[in-house]
Amino acid sequence: MLIQRRTFLQTSALATASLLVPKFLKAFEAPHGVPAGNKVLVVLQLTGGNDGLNTVVPVRNDLYYKARPTLALAREKTLTLQDDVGLHPALTSFADAWHDGSLGILNSVGYPEPDRSHFRSMDIWQSASDSNEYRNSGWIGRYLDAQCRDCAEPSHALEIDDTLSLALKGTQINGMAMRNPKLLFGLTNEKFFRDASGQHISHHHEQADYLYKTMAATISGADRIAEKAGTGGKAPGYPNTPMGKAFSTVSSLIKADLDTKVYYVSHSGYDTHINQELFQQRALKEVNDAVGAFIKDLKAAHRYDDVLLVTFSEFGRRVVQNASKGTDHGCANNMFFFGGGLKKHGLLNPMADLTDLDQGDLKHKVDFRQVYATLLKNWLGTNPGDVLGGRFEPLNFI
Amino acid sequence: MTQAQKNLHLLWRAGFGPAAKDWEAIDDRNNTEWYRRLRQESSAAPAYINIVDTELMEYFRTPTIQKTWDEPKRKQMMLRVNVAIGAINLRWLREMAESKAQLREKISLFWHGHFCTYTRNVYYTQELLQVIRTNALGSFRTLLSEVAKSAAMMLYLNAQQNRKGRPNENFAREVMELFTLGRGHYTETDIKEAARAFTGWGIETDGSFRFKEKEHDDGSKTVLGHTGNWNGDQVLGFLLEQKDTALHVTRKLYRFLVNDTVDENRVVALADVFYKSNYDIGTLVDAVFNAPWFYDPALFGARIKSPVELITGIRRTLRLSLSNEEQYLQLQRVLGQTLFFPPNVAGWPGGRSWIDSTTLMLRMRLPKLFTEQDALSVQVKPDNDSQPQSTVTNAVFSNAKVRQLDKDTKIDTGMDWTTAIRHLASVKRETLVPALAEILLPAGLQVPAQLLASYANNDTREAFIKSATLQIMSLPEYQLC
Repeated sequence: MLIQRRTFLQTSALATASLLVPKFLKAFEAPHGVPAGNKVLVVLQLTGGNDGLNTVVPVRNDLYYKARPTLALAREKTLTLQDDVGLHPALTSFADAWHDGSLGILNSVGYPEPDRSHFRSMDIWQSASDSNEYRNSGWIGRYLDAQCRDCAEPSHALEIDDTLSLALKGTQINGMAMRNPKLLFGLTNEKFFRDASGQHISHHHEQADYLYKTMAATISGADRIAEKAGTGGKAPGYPNTPMGKAFSTVSSLIKADLDTKVYYVSHSGYDTHINQELFQQRALKEVNDAVGAFIKDLKAAHRYDDVLLVTFSEFGRRVVQNASKGTDHGCANNMFFFGGGLKKHGLLNPMADLTDLDQGDLKHKVDFRQVYATLLKNWLGTNPGDVLGGRFEPLNFI
Repeated sequence: MTQAQKNLHLLWRAGFGPAAKDWEAIDDRNNTEWYRRLRQESSAAPAYINIVDTELMEYFRTPTIQKTWDEPKRKQMMLRVNVAIGAINLRWLREMAESKAQLREKISLFWHGHFCTYTRNVYYTQELLQVIRTNALGSFRTLLSEVAKSAAMMLYLNAQQNRKGRPNENFAREVMELFTLGRGHYTETDIKEAARAFTGWGIETDGSFRFKEKEHDDGSKTVLGHTGNWNGDQVLGFLLEQKDTALHVTRKLYRFLVNDTVDENRVVALADVFYKSNYDIGTLVDAVFNAPWFYDPALFGARIKSPVELITGIRRTLRLSLSNEEQYLQLQRVLGQTLFFPPNVAGWPGGRSWIDSTTLMLRMRLPKLFTEQDALSVQVKPDNDSQPQSTVTNAVFSNAKVRQLDKDTKIDTGMDWTTAIRHLASVKRETLVPALAEILLPAGLQVPAQLLASYANNDTREAFIKSATLQIMSLPEYQLC
């Protein structure tokens, strides 16, 4: 089904009939509205509720070992970050980043009146809403709305997946989803679509015009990404896993200087109600190996200072382990921040307080929207108020 | 604007588009008569949709029996529950495509989004679906009360946890915000007080409603200005007393049936009719479809079809039938609307939120996907709530084998083209594309006829009609109704 890029260039209606390209299409391909600077944000979503307590381990805390008689990680098994803090043994490249000063860990991140449904809590994180509020747009989508009012260019925020998450849907502009440039190109590479896109005659009809604009933007985005994807050069060392492939794609586009400000990657397998040890080890190892290769790759290309990688999960897990060698849905959780350009690194705030729980769950000390405000203001250079409503005080680690 | 175009507009809004057989008859009567017929065909009470067999039913009605299961049995039963969740979806989807009661199913889809719930108890799901389909064109009073007391809703909005002295405000809040008044027409105190009135509402294990006197807070409450020892039914009555409820529901229905951009004057007039009819939904729906403005040219093609409308519309027009219906489930997921699995308690936002770069391209590929001229491999996002420990589901649409539906018709794809071909018998080849576009697309949209013709198969007249039809269905314009 996929037609090679070269074949496409020879047959494409867009390439051969550029004189006939309608005005709006030209507008899309003109210089875009995203501010200058090549800072890039990469968001890694750990779907299912990663157990933060067994990820960043309080290795001197008796309450932790009491709550998890068989599931707790022994101090000597963890990767030591500092005397009282160890990392899950799978996270070797996280530990490397810690030691070279490019990893920050923020504990107890959450929101008031936490919801323990995966679906709902993920919606809250992605839309940056209150617990009892339903928003139909996501925080990255609204960032596009705020930054990109006239450019209607969906590839400024790219999700590495086949379908688009709520996080990347704005009220006016959406981000774009693609598992890889080839598949996206294949999706749009129907000669009929390209011809029809060039012959749109229903401009007077508002809805039809909107659909044609979306189609034209998708096609031009797919073309540009396909074209750029090859120029970044292939980097060795990525594991042959879905995460490895996703991060390799992101890195190749960053190195090609595609004008994408936000990349969004998801990894699932964290809903560890049973046999957590096995499942979490497997999931974290896949992430660790991909992130390790990614950091190495960016460093070699001298781009690590311009990239910020952030991880989150829709919630953490219950402090006490359950009867099936697993943990149930909890609340507050930790977040990781990787990058050569961090202002602060190491533990950004105290470890979670295990003496002060809410129905057996960790209480949040930092609202996740403060983190978003920080990313928006200090990294993406935009006014967080336009995206979040202005109630959230940015932090100072970036 | 021709009579046929008006009738097609009506068929898309008051149902799921024209069936293949409607092509020929589309001109036979005017829109008023067509509507009368739609209404008449939806007058009978709907048959109960039951997809739960005896053993599953026993489990759904007495969940405690799972304690007697060993691990293999438990796994097998959980798998069967997953199958049942898919089965009720496909069963209702088929009803939308094949039922004569188009208006009833269409309005039921509206209520399904308005009163959305999610539960793995498929018996509760099918009971609620029956409440909705039965009352879809009846009394909103009855519908609201029966939905509120259904097991599916009580569980979804934690009514069971709402007890005297330990209120859970979830249901009280949503019933005001989403089901009746709408945001801004009640206070937080109204919610707190109403939650107290709803205490004592509960369900038996078999899902039937039970009022638990002991858990009911029988103190005095003040809700929307009324003070007294109210119970839940009385609070629902107060909500319906407010004209804001009629306005809120009417505005939402207007968006669903007419236009995303609301004309407030029309909504106010319609809400007045609704309120004065004592919340008779049929009266409200009649007022929409009999209004002269319903045929305002600006409304043609003003709505973006929801994924369910799009898929069902193609099925009806082509009399399509997939041998592997599960693919309809995967398509619903990748296009962003899975029946019985709303995004949240507020339902599907609709309108332009259906469209992003991926969903638009996928939508335009559907006709060719259905006819095996295309193949796609799409990964569906994992969904931890209903499939614990699941990994990524891979939906591969490469074997969309189409089964022949009508044995009398010799067709290569399982579609029935005879009516279409007969209907267009007198049309000259050069004007076939515009003639097809007139049937397939909303009036007022101009299509690139030459381009379409250049892509059509010119071997025979029949091949031309078939291929041009699929080509038109692959246009952005076909996403509109």
